Amino acid sequence: MGKTTAQKIFDAHRIDSPAAGVSILSLDRVFCHEITTPIAVDDLVARDKDRVFDKTKIKAVIDHVTPAKDSKTAEQGRTMREWARRHDIKDFFDVGENGVCHVIFPEKGFVRPGFTIIMGDSHTCTHGAFGAFAAGVGTTDLEVGILKGVCIMRDPETIKINLNGTLKPGVYAKDVILAIVKMLTVNGATDQVIEFDGSAVAAMDMDSRMTLCNMAIEAGGTCGICYPDMVTVDYLWPFIKDDFASKEAALAEYSKWTADADAEYTKVIDMDVSELEPLVTFGYKPDQVKTVAEMSGTKVDQVYIGSCTNGRFDDLRIASEVLKGHKISPNLRGVVSPASPKIYSDALEVGIIKIFMDAGFCVTNPTCGACLGMSNGVLASGEVCASTTNRNFAGRMGKGGMVHLMSPATAAATAIAGVITNSPLYKA
Amino acid sequence: MKNFNGKILFLDRSDINTDEILPARHMNEASKSALKPYCLEDLAIAGFDPKTDIEDKSVIVTRSNFGCGSSREHAPWVLECNGINLVIAEGFARIFRQNMFNCGMMAITLGATQIDDLFKLFAGSEAECSTDLDKMEFTIKGNLQTKVYPFKLNAFDLELVKAGGWVDYADKKY
Ligand code: SF4
Repeated sequence: MGKTTAQKIFDAHRIDSPAAGVSILSLDRVFCHEITTPIAVDDLVARDKDRVFDKTKIKAVIDHVTPAKDSKTAEQGRTMREWARRHDIKDFFDVGENGVCHVIFPEKGFVRPGFTIIMGDSHTCTHGAFGAFAAGVGTTDLEVGILKGVCIMRDPETIKINLNGTLKPGVYAKDVILAIVKMLTVNGATDQVIEFDGSAVAAMDMDSRMTLCNMAIEAGGTCGICYPDMVTVDYLWPFIKDDFASKEAALAEYSKWTADADAEYTKVIDMDVSELEPLVTFGYKPDQVKTVAEMSGTKVDQVYIGSCTNGRFDDLRIASEVLKGHKISPNLRGVVSPASPKIYSDALEVGIIKIFMDAGFCVTNPTCGACLGMSNGVLASGEVCASTTNRNFAGRMGKGGMVHLMSPATAAATAIAGVITNSPLYKA
Repeated sequence: MKNFNGKILFLDRSDINTDEILPARHMNEASKSALKPYCLEDLAIAGFDPKTDIEDKSVIVTRSNFGCGSSREHAPWVLECNGINLVIAEGFARIFRQNMFNCGMMAITLGATQIDDLFKLFAGSEAECSTDLDKMEFTIKGNLQTKVYPFKLNAFDLELVKAGGWVDYADKKY
């Protein structure tokens, strides 16, 4: 019997099986941010165990609320900063160098096919786009990860989704994953890994694959996984070129993590993406999804473009194509948050930031900010936000607010129209 | 070991997420105990008032996919601060469930028919749960009747509960 990607990774990292179906895995990476890490650090200090298992495998960032917005968030930042210094954690990104964790860590080349990665953040599933097993955990798992480099995981079952066909112009990975979350429902993939395969995935760049895997958790999935291919190798090449004689050699090595043809799945789903339309959520659960056409005309108070789902360079580029030469509606505010300093600076260089500013957008520093309703664009009660983020829970972006999740193209078109609308890039 | 006995709070909804259990705006708190006043603050269910209905409760009984969404362990912590160490549901999100056991708390899954039964027989009035970890059963006592519900727990989860959580256990063993 063949193995799934996750089974292969588990077999290569399992150090113990304390009960049937439960594995203790050794970790290649422990990622940290300032919301869930400080309490772990404080607890380690209180237990007289203020140690790190391997300072080179721990990567940390202040991203959720940055620069600090009040005394409490300033304390969280300080705890992180002092901890990183104390343990000589070199890859720690503070104000000026920081960006959204799931964007900046891949961008810095910290992820490899076959890796085991945990972070105290549910969207850690994003990194599966590289053929890694990456899972969100709570603070206690994070704490043990920092101290010991191990984590508890139930042995994963896997759902395989074959995405075939060609996306229409103006339809993106975000629309694909919204369609998948709708199909699976919010707990349809609980305790499951989702493997994405098929010609539509092969045609996606890494940014799109990360968008796809990012929302696996919205169906309850532990991790979304794309198999490593030449697109993966090309992305990683600047970081791995000294390790391999050629890209082909890298691909040959990484391909060992691709699932076997006879691997066993709980479900195999075939989906043709060719007829997919731009989609948008309508309620307080990410599986409540309609077409943009169905939701067309819904009034919006704020448009937010950013986050670990859709705050990457290509997302900004696509939105700017829609915005170019237009002003946003006077009835709403536009907020764009490039997800990393590199994205910000690249977008500045090619004129994308200018397009946003000319259109009337507020451009913020790289941060999670409004995505989780902590800063930089929190909604007032009763307000509606068209957002490129991943979660539309009640109160997510501010108490009493409503969030409609959509692609950057749809968000940009909505900003101009003042109401939810399809982008001119969409050709039915 | 923590206390798994006491009065039950019934939450009759599926997909209660961790934002509803503890909103992100309170995640700038530096200690677990500071979270106490915010338990289930954003949970809107007809007839439920977080200000009055949590006090004196020790157990939650709810529907499917409890604790979905964010990985925040602040969700189990805020329950713990309020004396709630046991959640019985038709199903849990993976991270929330693991977080509960990592804290030495329990997230126990019962079948849909048993959960339905619990709501039908006991949700209307005061009910109390007593947990027997040796026999692996809950005894639920309401105004009119008492009923026993067996549950399953794997050996490792039980060890975590007995050890009081994952940190000490892991530090000793790995
Ligand atoms: S951008 Fe939003 S979803 Fe992503 S890590 Fe930040 S808060 Fe979480």
